[in-house]
Amino acid sequence: MIEASGLTKTYGRTTAVSDLSFTVRSGMVTGFLGPNGSGKSTTMRMMLGLDNPDRGRALIDGQRYIDLKHPLRKVGSLLDANWVHPNRTAAAHLRWMARANGISRRRVGEVLETVGLTAVAGKSAGKFSLGMKQRLGIASALLGDPEVLLFDEPVNGLDPEGIHWIRTFMKGLAAQGRTVLVSSHLLSEMALTADHLVVIGRGRLIADASTKEFIARSTESSVRVRSPQLGRLTEALGELSVPGLRWGPDTGTEGEALSVVGLNADKIGDLAADKRITLHELSPQTGSLEEAFIQLTSQAVEYNAREPMPMSQPGDTRWGPGNPPSGPGPLPAPGPLPAAGQGAPTQQVPQGQPAQQFPHGQPAQQFPQGQPAQQGGWAGGPPAQPYGAPPPGDSSTDPTTQER
Amino acid sequence: MLSLLSVERIKLFSTKSPYWCLAVILVATCGLSLAVSLVDDGRDATVFTSQAGGAMGLMTFMVMAALTVTTEYRFGTIRNSFLAVPQRALVLVSKTVLMAFIGAVIGGLAALASFFLAKTLAKEPPTPLELNSAADYRVVLGYSALYAIGAVLAIGVGALVRQSAGAITALLLWPLLVETLLMLISSLQKVIPYLPFNAAFNFVSPGGSGGMFGRTAFLPGGPSANQGLVIFLVTAVVIWLVALVTVYRRDA
Repeated sequence: MIEASGLTKTYGRTTAVSDLSFTVRSGMVTGFLGPNGSGKSTTMRMMLGLDNPDRGRALIDGQRYIDLKHPLRKVGSLLDANWVHPNRTAAAHLRWMARANGISRRRVGEVLETVGLTAVAGKSAGKFSLGMKQRLGIASALLGDPEVLLFDEPVNGLDPEGIHWIRTFMKGLAAQGRTVLVSSHLLSEMALTADHLVVIGRGRLIADASTKEFIARSTESSVRVRSPQLGRLTEALGELSVPGLRWGPDTGTEGEALSVVGLNADKIGDLAADKRITLHELSPQTGSLEEAFIQLTSQAVEYNAREPMPMSQPGDTRWGPGNPPSGPGPLPAPGPLPAAGQGAPTQQVPQGQPAQQFPHGQPAQQFPQGQPAQQGGWAGGPPAQPYGAPPPGDSSTDPTTQER
Repeated sequence: MLSLLSVERIKLFSTKSPYWCLAVILVATCGLSLAVSLVDDGRDATVFTSQAGGAMGLMTFMVMAALTVTTEYRFGTIRNSFLAVPQRALVLVSKTVLMAFIGAVIGGLAALASFFLAKTLAKEPPTPLELNSAADYRVVLGYSALYAIGAVLAIGVGALVRQSAGAITALLLWPLLVETLLMLISSLQKVIPYLPFNAAFNFVSPGGSGGMFGRTAFLPGGPSANQGLVIFLVTAVVIWLVALVTVYRRDA
């Protein structure tokens, strides 16, 4: 088990990791998800005692990494597969690491066998392809038969076969009861590998939830409604009492539009007809996993290629009724998204309890807004599904193969 | 600790460059020593001239020692080292002990080989080339000590600078250029013989003075042979300790 509590790291004026607390449990693969530059690697380096945190600490089974007697026997890690001397053979690379932690020489052969590098054990690591280096890195992580494993972007740059191998491998390790933390910037990849997700953006915790919940929550579909009588429509919606019903302004198109979650297009149409409200558009929007992730972390991305999506502020009056939260009909007005980077409190999952980061109707919830903006407006018809993000629960689809 | 020494031994000898470095040290030291000793068929050869290549060998060895640290930074293996042994002091200590030991061996070996080659090949030296006095032994085997201390210094500089080019430049320019150029400043003349490398080479000169390449011979004062060695040692240890503190404070 890995416990990070209040980890903070600043480089000059840049805060790489800010007050990050989460727990990585054993027996499952925990995905450590965040855009590039969000502080994943820094966090992992702090966990492993390579970087000194400014505040906070990371404990591995209650101990700091630097206090472990033979750390490689407790924690295996692969942070960067290129950390090998190009003129040293794979076997020699593993041999010195084994010697440093009292691991037998025979074990070197075993791990090379496990990752399938036996044939090239005597070859210089500099001649290895990235995939082979990645395997060598995994071999070194496995050297001490550790209970805890950390992998930083292990599938980066690998071919589909390599990706599949690593994914299966990590699941196998977790099935043996080990603690596995894998970082990635690809939600689609994590959807297939991880049982639990710790999502960060700009060094802050965005979500700590089971993968299933996170995906179900992230791919919520909404309906875009345009109408000259939006005010009356929101009133009508306000009179309904449907659990999970929420709405907000749809910022994706010109003119006023409403984005409704929790009520399908048919029902909204019926409602409008009932109230004699003219509708100009009624289109279901299906969010993809990638979109949702971008949405969730867009405020938290450090290197933005373009302006981030407009995000509603807590006091935004354009939002549907619902304050106070206990009112009838619509659910509470969405609060600030934790990702907004304003230190909005992120719930900590009590240990031993299933994570409940995104239950429906939580005040701290906000449905994906501005999603349609990425689809080019209503004129384009139903949005094309970019990247093969699997629908929730459908793990048979391999997004990585679809990407290629 | 012993296992950590063998860790560093495996690391060192699992790449090719140390073999080349050690061979170059032997060949260059002997070659240069002979070239100087055998002038005029060795009519001017002394125990001191038989060690003319010593400075060259020491420089080469310091480069090799610095590289054991800087290549680890260059290729990122220093992170693996710290992951395997999170007590960074232990990593630095074991590297230093190993290199100081290797330095003592190769330094002594190169010096002895130079001496015996000169002794064999020099015809009609003014006095027979023999190791009679304690000073004679100091002039030859003193290189063991200089190499060992050189390892401490080089690993300190390597860990501080982290880059091969920078570390090598510092290690070579300091004895070869800086200590020479400072001689141009007349107000510093009292200090010059006490500079680390001038002091160090007093230990391997027959009279215990003269500094590196004999360049301080015309300057008055200066440390004795043993004082010189202590000055060199203290310099190396101070730099090494600064490096150790830095290594702990820095992110790997």
